[in-house]
Amino acid sequence: MDLSNQLKNQHLLWRAGFGPMAEDLGALASGSPKSFVNALWKASDKPVNSIDVADNMLKGLVMGAGEIASMQRKDLSPDEKKQLRKQSQQDIKSLNLAWLGEMVNSDAQLREKMALFWHGHFASRNLNIFYQQLLLDTIRQGALGNFGDLLRAVSKSAAMINFLNNNQNRKDHPNENFAREVMELFTMGRGNYTERDVKESARAFTGWGAGLNGEFQFRRGQHDDGQKTVLGKTGNFDGDAVLDILLQQRQTALYITRKLYRYLVNDEADETHVEWLAGRFYRGNYDIKGLLQDIFGSDWFYEPRNIGSRIKSPVDLLVGIRRLLPMKIANEDVLLLIQRLLGQLLFYPPNVAGWPGGASWIDSSSLMFRLRIPELIYASGEFHQQPKDDDDQMMGMKDRGQGGEGQNAAGENAGGGKIGGGKGFRAQAGAQMIRATIDWSPYLKRFEGIPREQLMAAIGATVLQTPAGISGDILTKYTDSGSREDFIRTATIRLMSTPEYQLC
Amino acid sequence: MVIKRREFFQAGSLATASLLLPRFLKAFERPAIVPQGNKVVVVLQLSGGNDGLNTVIPVRNDIYYRARPRLGIDKTHAAMITDEAGLHPALSGLKGLYDDGSLGILNSVGYPNPDRSHFRSMDIWQTASDSREYLQTGWLGRYLDAQCSGCDHPTQALEIDDVVSMALKGDKIRGMALKDPRRLYQISNDRYFRDILAGHSSPAGKPAAGGSGVHGGNEGGAVDYLYKTMAETLSGADYIFEQSKLRPSAASYPNTEIGKNLHTIASLIFSDINTRVYYLSLGSFDTHVNQAAQQQRLFTEMNDALVSFVADLKANHRFDDTLLLTFSEFGRRVGQNASGGTDHGTANTMFLVSGGLRQKGLINGLPDLNDLSEGDLKYQVDFKDVYATVLNKWLGANDKSILGRESSHLGFI
Repeated sequence: MDLSNQLKNQHLLWRAGFGPMAEDLGALASGSPKSFVNALWKASDKPVNSIDVADNMLKGLVMGAGEIASMQRKDLSPDEKKQLRKQSQQDIKSLNLAWLGEMVNSDAQLREKMALFWHGHFASRNLNIFYQQLLLDTIRQGALGNFGDLLRAVSKSAAMINFLNNNQNRKDHPNENFAREVMELFTMGRGNYTERDVKESARAFTGWGAGLNGEFQFRRGQHDDGQKTVLGKTGNFDGDAVLDILLQQRQTALYITRKLYRYLVNDEADETHVEWLAGRFYRGNYDIKGLLQDIFGSDWFYEPRNIGSRIKSPVDLLVGIRRLLPMKIANEDVLLLIQRLLGQLLFYPPNVAGWPGGASWIDSSSLMFRLRIPELIYASGEFHQQPKDDDDQMMGMKDRGQGGEGQNAAGENAGGGKIGGGKGFRAQAGAQMIRATIDWSPYLKRFEGIPREQLMAAIGATVLQTPAGISGDILTKYTDSGSREDFIRTATIRLMSTPEYQLC
Repeated sequence: MVIKRREFFQAGSLATASLLLPRFLKAFERPAIVPQGNKVVVVLQLSGGNDGLNTVIPVRNDIYYRARPRLGIDKTHAAMITDEAGLHPALSGLKGLYDDGSLGILNSVGYPNPDRSHFRSMDIWQTASDSREYLQTGWLGRYLDAQCSGCDHPTQALEIDDVVSMALKGDKIRGMALKDPRRLYQISNDRYFRDILAGHSSPAGKPAAGGSGVHGGNEGGAVDYLYKTMAETLSGADYIFEQSKLRPSAASYPNTEIGKNLHTIASLIFSDINTRVYYLSLGSFDTHVNQAAQQQRLFTEMNDALVSFVADLKANHRFDDTLLLTFSEFGRRVGQNASGGTDHGTANTMFLVSGGLRQKGLINGLPDLNDLSEGDLKYQVDFKDVYATVLNKWLGANDKSILGRESSHLGFI
């Protein structure tokens, strides 16, 4: 069966980015996938703008004193430290929303999509906004470059060094945490090295630390410059030498390629494709761009089995909706709440292994909430779900029932429609709502001139990447049959409120 | 609805064997052996790292008082259970359970190479991994995987919350989360969702919304997985709601979150539901600052709710088949900090509450404060052995395959 260009292009845009933008819809049917690939590269090759959300107060308190961070600083009063921590957490929320905004609005879709991949791959939790911001910048800058360079930059970042305790990795007291994760999670994967390799590598990484400004420091006095044997090689290795040895392992190329294949192509990795890609990635000296060009340039990328087969991550889902239906959200903080409820809060991965993805996104609660989100956006419906507390964030403060995110105050009209019965715009106590105003005009434009009887099919082909198993009768029953615009709006929201829409 | 509803009949509603014995005979019996299949576990997670040393207080230990000049709890205030140990003053109800022989206390429970980060240590407890591995499934989720392939209802493990914890997520099966059976039912009773589910009976045969020939995506696979989860959720919501109305608890509980949650659990325990595991949390016990007031408040809530729960279970003859256990991701340091609190520590205390305990009271000794590791307690009991004991002896499951390790079974049940 020949697949339409529209389906292929949407496939590409969902995998190499976060789905089609409302304005792009018109071009999807005519352009070739190749032209879309070229456009993606052109946009993503542009210089990256760094995201800086750190509060001026914070900068004043710490940078004004000549150095960043260290919330343990002795010359700050307990109140100032508390204020620092609070502001830092607030700024991490801003960083989250700012990056989410880039994913929605940036043309550099491929860069942001890959940055999200590396954000999960190099998972790190850190309550220091400056360290988080620096690491995100490293990842966004290097997302499409050379994997070896990226690995080295991340390994030397303050966020990772602190998160994996390498500041405590000293000559006489090696801390193996960093060395272990570099092998297990960042390069080779479990089962390809021995405990002895970990121990010896940890010695090589002794002395790697981060200064207060987040800069890498090599502390010679703490470094063990004795002889080590790592993966069969012997020498007076330092950390850089061990990273070189890890990059010399073909297994590293295989591990990264397989993980990326599962992220971009299919959760079930086709080992023939992975082998072929990994060989070229390895021989190409870990050029990420080359690997991506191989993937998006392959015919098998567009095979039916790879289309509509991936479960969207919560971030894919939220960003995808916002791209297709551009909207103003009056209470953007509610997006953090939704991320938490769906199990993917940026900058707070569940552990150092990142988000496992795939079927693990789905359980009874998360699925039912996903299905309700489009309607909650459209009709400003209320929801009452509370996420779990995160003690690493809360420092002993209970955050339930305090409202905060997305609560109270009246919002503007969210576009009406009969879905959800329009419960009004003021949330009841304990209830949350998404106060969004959708700008429907670019989306509606796409369907101009399409006869009414073909509308549902055209909307389905735009919204879904997998055939809906829902009969037209059921959809029609739940769609507003009044004006043409209302029909398009409600049919779109209904199609988004399906299991099929969870896939891309 | 395409989902078949079949009632699950279990021995759960029948009187337990011990009730059939005259009371005087019962006194000489070991705890009666309740037929397997109707035993229930309630896991109470104390989130944030509860301070075990102020939970079970070593009242004759000078090291304890020296390390905690401000936070140490005086013998005269503690709810004394032995010459050496007292419970936190707010735990008077647990002292009652102790006197009654239905409280077990395990001290110094932990794991090798302890991690002091909340999320990592909680991850370790919930997945039952060792501190050097990362598992993507929880210990109760893997129990579901092992016990429940082909189950009619995915309700063998329920969490009283809006979000499912990692502990309940298996590879194939995930426990359900609900705050309130009625609300879950209302949300899942959306007519549109019911209709699209009913219409999904054959994914390939139906005219697609996108029009035939527009899409070439794969059928089955992920779509079927999502519809299956949806079907199980909706039928599970019906089933739980029906069961919750069957023999609802008439007892009164404190008007707190944990009170309401245990009330919900009691009603379900009294029903014919197939649930074997209930999971709930209380927190935050992360008491870096002003610990005394915060722990007092949380323990009061826990104590009062547990007293109501146990009385309710006893009145309905289900206390012998119910095992409640508490855990926290770590204990706290032995020494107090400068802010009237304590910082993250290691090994910790677990409570076991049941009418069917074989070992009661202080099951192992109090923590050895003479033998610390950089100011922290050393663990004596691996928490995975506690899990293994519960899985094997209480739930009748193969703990070795679920936990992936050879465990020592403890004697408390």
